[in-house]
Amino acid sequence: MSPISRGFHRRHEEAEPAGRVPPGQYVTRDFPVLSAGPTPHTPLANWTFSIEGGQSPTSWTWPEFQALPSETVTVDIHCVTRWSKLDTAWTGVSLDVLLDAVSFDDPYVLAFCDGGYTTNLPVADLRGGKAWVAYSYDGGPLPPEHGGPARLLVPHLYFWKSAKWVRGLRLRETDAPGFWEMYGYHMYGDPWREQRYAGD
Amino acid sequence: MAGTAVRGRLTWQTATVDSLVDETASVRTISLSVPDWGGHQAGQHLDIRLTAEDGYRAERSYSIASAPGEPVAITVERLDDGEVSPYLTEELRVGDEIELRGPIGGYFVWDGGDRAPLLLLAGGSGVVPLRAILRHRSRIGSTVPVRLLYSARSWADVIYRSELGAEPDGVQVSHTLTRQQPPGWTGYARRVDQAMITEVAWPVAQAPLAYVCGPTNFVEAVAADLVALGYPAQRVKTERFGATG
Amino acid sequence: MEALEDGVVDGNAIGGLLVEVFGTEMTTAVGTCAGCGSTSQVAELAVYRPGLGTVVRCRSCDNVLMVFVKIRDVTCVDMMGLAQLTSA
Repeated sequence: MSPISRGFHRRHEEAEPAGRVPPGQYVTRDFPVLSAGPTPHTPLANWTFSIEGGQSPTSWTWPEFQALPSETVTVDIHCVTRWSKLDTAWTGVSLDVLLDAVSFDDPYVLAFCDGGYTTNLPVADLRGGKAWVAYSYDGGPLPPEHGGPARLLVPHLYFWKSAKWVRGLRLRETDAPGFWEMYGYHMYGDPWREQRYAGD
Repeated sequence: MAGTAVRGRLTWQTATVDSLVDETASVRTISLSVPDWGGHQAGQHLDIRLTAEDGYRAERSYSIASAPGEPVAITVERLDDGEVSPYLTEELRVGDEIELRGPIGGYFVWDGGDRAPLLLLAGGSGVVPLRAILRHRSRIGSTVPVRLLYSARSWADVIYRSELGAEPDGVQVSHTLTRQQPPGWTGYARRVDQAMITEVAWPVAQAPLAYVCGPTNFVEAVAADLVALGYPAQRVKTERFGATG
Repeated sequence: MEALEDGVVDGNAIGGLLVEVFGTEMTTAVGTCAGCGSTSQVAELAVYRPGLGTVVRCRSCDNVLMVFVKIRDVTCVDMMGLAQLTSA
């Protein structure tokens, strides 16, 4: 039995429930940098975003990507490590635009990134104005430590699904676990149902 | 030799705070009574675990500040946005219980067996395990020559000021104060760089042994400078601290 | 969960975790990267702790050597990135 550490308490109190903040989260004004590896530095001249699989796999270079219609959105983001950051502003290309450019009937994707990170998502969660490939944060170019030049942004799921340094999506018939999902994190990751770990 | 950690109890045990000493405005040394302490080597660390009333737990690692044979002590720097360090440096009282496990680590240790000249390089609170090494050297009566280069933001941030100032026999201490220097300061006043290391380091021909401890950026830069000077990589031991508190 | 925002540290920082997992001191154990073949003591490997788990990488090629994830008091250990790990 561990002794209680007299006078010790968690630093961040959880936010009041029934608000904008999912259960078990606290609000921060910081933007913590959490990385599983070194920050990649892919030159833009070499950067592409690809959609692999389906009937018409496709790929955009950086200038082609920048030429796509983009939008600026303000969203709340929720990290499985319990911090939430409200009203974050991003500019990027909607996944609706990207997925409309290819022909496919697969229901799942595996997002892949510079540095080898992967995460899995249902296609349905990338459609309907719910996801972007973002290259700008808070009015400026997305900094490398936060995933620049471009990252996935899927704010309705825990932020580990918003893969940094994203380079493409691999369309799949089945849902295959990505990096953290393989080690026990939830395959879907809905913060409102507190789906942090497999089995939640 | 290196790699044989002292076999203490490597499970969590409850220790009691014996004394608290403020080293600087934000750094405190905590001495502990540890009932089942099996001894330790200079340079090792221990893990602390705190449990709040709601069951919330936090764990952190701290280098052991005391020499083998002395009461177990850790020196903690309060990080402003930390969770554990403000508790340890401000709230913790003599008589409080605290869970710990250790000693841990078999790499960053010095037991006096290697007679080579010792080069110790400290970045901020990286001085803690190096101080344990210095205290151990004194206790065993070692005559191994030592040079310590200690980088701190200002004189007020220097930990163990008077102890290091006493400069035990055969120990040369150089400070570099990177942000602010007291009036009349004649020591180094910049971040550690190749030129400074070249001036302070033992000549490679003496087959010295170097221990570098501090924030990751400090350790990477200093280790690279030593290797550039000709130190074999296996004669440069490194311990990188993170920023968490 | 482990500490947030650590940046990168080294294998010294996970000495306790390694004792938990292997039952013995492992920071002086020598690991061989399955990617590039380089060898290093565990203490000198690059350790990332983004809060979701601990990721240990080769300093030469950044290959993932080990991953530790502790969920509900069970630690998942993946060492597939190591061709070999030899206790000192």
